[in-house]
Amino acid sequence: MIGMLIANSWKQLRRDRGAQVLAFVVPIAFFSIFAVIFGPKGNSVTGTSRVVVAVADESVTERSRALIAALQADSSLRVLTHTRGQKPRVPAPFTRAIVEDMVKTGDVSVALVLPAGIDTSIMSFTADRARALVLYDPSDPVASRVVGGLLQRAALRSTGLLGRSVPDTAEAGAASGDDGEAESLLLPLRIESRALLGTKRDNPMVAFYAAGVAVMFIMFSAASAGGVLIEETESGTLERVLTTGLGMGKLLVAKWLYITSLGVLQITVMFTWGMLVFHLPLLEHLAGFAIMTVCTASAAAAFGLVLATLSRTRQQLSGLANLLVLSLNAIGGSMFPRFLMSESLQKFSLVGFNAWALDGYLKVFWREQPLASLVPQVAMLLGFSALFLVLARQLARRWEAV
Amino acid sequence: MVALQIREARKSFGSTCALAGLSLALDGGEMLGLLGPNGAGKTTLIRAIAGRVRLDGGSVALFGQVLATGQRRPALGVVPQENALYPLLTARENLEAFGRMNGLTGKRLRERASWALEWTGLAERAKSPVREFSGGMKRRLNLACGVLHEPKLVLLDEPTVAVDPQSRELIYDMLGALRATGTALLLTTHYLEEAEARCERIVIVDHGHAIASGTLSELVRQAGLSGRRVRLSLDRAVSRAPEGFTLENAGAALSATISDVAGELPGLLARLTALGLGVRDLEVRSASLQTVFLALTGKELRE
Repeated sequence: MIGMLIANSWKQLRRDRGAQVLAFVVPIAFFSIFAVIFGPKGNSVTGTSRVVVAVADESVTERSRALIAALQADSSLRVLTHTRGQKPRVPAPFTRAIVEDMVKTGDVSVALVLPAGIDTSIMSFTADRARALVLYDPSDPVASRVVGGLLQRAALRSTGLLGRSVPDTAEAGAASGDDGEAESLLLPLRIESRALLGTKRDNPMVAFYAAGVAVMFIMFSAASAGGVLIEETESGTLERVLTTGLGMGKLLVAKWLYITSLGVLQITVMFTWGMLVFHLPLLEHLAGFAIMTVCTASAAAAFGLVLATLSRTRQQLSGLANLLVLSLNAIGGSMFPRFLMSESLQKFSLVGFNAWALDGYLKVFWREQPLASLVPQVAMLLGFSALFLVLARQLARRWEAV
Repeated sequence: MVALQIREARKSFGSTCALAGLSLALDGGEMLGLLGPNGAGKTTLIRAIAGRVRLDGGSVALFGQVLATGQRRPALGVVPQENALYPLLTARENLEAFGRMNGLTGKRLRERASWALEWTGLAERAKSPVREFSGGMKRRLNLACGVLHEPKLVLLDEPTVAVDPQSRELIYDMLGALRATGTALLLTTHYLEEAEARCERIVIVDHGHAIASGTLSELVRQAGLSGRRVRLSLDRAVSRAPEGFTLENAGAALSATISDVAGELPGLLARLTALGLGVRDLEVRSASLQTVFLALTGKELRE
C-alpha cells in the first residue's frame, strides 16, 4: 500500500510541470547563481571580486608613489588614483574630498589617503608621525581590512628591512583593526581607519538590510497579489467582469493601482516597525522613503501582473515567482551585498528593477544622499513599471474576445 | 419586438468548427431553451452574444441593432454557470460591484441592490460574506448580479445546476417574475424536464447548427415521434419480443408505438392475450423532450 502511494506521488510529479520546475529547475538556477557570485572568477582575497580602492596621494613623494605602486601590483586590489577625465577633461589626481565622496556615494567601499609626511613616518615610531587614513563603508567589512593589511606590507617592503617574511593578507588585515588607530610598535605604518557611513546610529546595519528585505518582500507580495487574476479566471469572475464591457486595460490599471497601494502600505508597516523596534531612522528620511517606496511598489506591482498574465495556473505562478524573485534578489543585492560580486555581475544585476530599488533605498537610508541623487533610480523604476504594464497588457490579450 | 436575432453565426477554433451557420431568434418576454450535447456550440454561442467571441461570419443583433464584438451591451444581462462572485465581499457589496460595472451609480445603484436582496430572499444576509452562503444562496445572488441593471435580455447558463429542488423552484419563480416585466430569457440547461416545463420554445443545437426548434409538440413532429409510446408490464418474462413490440426490462416488459390510442390499443392487448401473456400494468405516454433530444442528437457520448 505504501509502495502504491509512493508510486502515485511520483506519477503526479511526472505530470506536473510546475512542480518539476520547482523541484529541479529552481535548485539548478540557484546553484548556478551562487556559483557565479562566489566562484573563482573573482580572483580576489574574498574569492569573489577585487577590492576597489580610491587613493588620494597628498604626500606626492617617491615613497608614497612606491606605496601606491605596490598596492597596484597586488592582484586582490584595483587601485584608482585619478578622475576619469570627464570632469575635468584631463584626468586629475584624487583629492581627499573626492575619495571621501566616492565612499559616501558608493562608488568605492574603501579609500586611502596618504597625507603629507607619510614618507618619513614609515618605521619612525614617533608619537606624532603622520598617519595613513583608511576611509570605508562599514557595509563592506572586508575591504578596509584588506587595504590596511596590504598597505602595511607595502610599507615594510618599501623600507627594504624585511624581505619576503611579511604578514600575508589575512594577518596584515587583522592587524589594521577596526575604527580608530591601528597602533603597534611592530607595524611600520600608522593607520587610522574611519567609517564614513552609519556612524550616527545605534544599529547602523539595520538601515542597510531593511532595504534588501523590503525589496524582496514586495516582489513576492506583488506576485501573490497578481495571482488574483488567475483566481478570478478560474472562478468565472473575470469572464463576467469582461462581459460588462469593462476593458482589459482598465482592469489591469485597477489591479496595478491596488497592488501598488498595497505594497506602499506593506513597506510602510515594515519600516515603521523597524523604526519603533530597531531604531531605523525613518522620520529623518521620510521624503526619500516615500519616493522610493511608491516607485518600488509601482514597479513590483507591474512585475507581479506580468507573472500573473504569463501563468495559466496558481501553481505555475508560484513556480515562476519563486524562480524569478529569488534569482533577481540573489543577483540584485537583497540577499548579500552586490560589492561581493564580480564587477560584470554587478553590472548585469542592473537588468532587474530590484537592484535599482535597492540602490535607491541605500542612497536614502545608508548613504544619506540628497533627494536629487534618486533621479536615476526613480527614472529606471518608472521605466520598468511602464515596460511591465505594456508587457502585461499584451499577455492579457488571451483573456479578451477570441 | 425581436429581442435577439442571430443570423448564420460561424466560428471555428483552429480546425474545430464550433458554430456552423447557426441562426435563431428570441422575442421580447419569451423564454427560449437552448439545448444540446456537450461540445454542440452552446457556450460559443452564448459568448458570442455576450461579445466575448469574435464571429468568423454572421451577425448578432439585440433589439434590432447589429453589435460588434466588444461593443457594450447595456440591454444584456449574463448569468454564468459558475457562481462568479467575490467570496470575501458581502452580498450587497457583490451586487453593488457588478451594478457599477453595468453602469448603475448612486441612489439608483443602492435601490437596485436593495431590490435584488429582497428578490433573492437574501435581505437578512446582506452583510454576510458570500463564502458563508449555501449553494442555493450563491445561485440566487449570481442570478441577481446579472439582472441588477434591468437588462431586456438575459442569458442564463445552467442557472439551477447543483442546487436543491427548493432553490430550483425559487429560481424559476424569480425568472417568472422577470418575464412578467417583459424580459426575454435565453436558458441553456441539461435539465431537459426543466426546459420542457418552463420554456415556451426550445432550440436544439448540435455540431454548430440549430437542428430543431419550436414548441415541444413541434419538436416531437420534427423528430418523427408523433405517436404514443405504450409500455406493458408482463406477468412473466419473455425471451423474444412479438412482432411490433420491443423488449424492455430484461423481457419483463414490452413497448410499442401507436398513433391512435383508442383504435390500436385494444388490438395490441388482444394479440398478447392470444400469445398467452398476461398484462399486469400499462402506461401510455407521448414523447418527452428527453426522447426527442436523444432521437435528434443520438446516444453517442460527447466529450
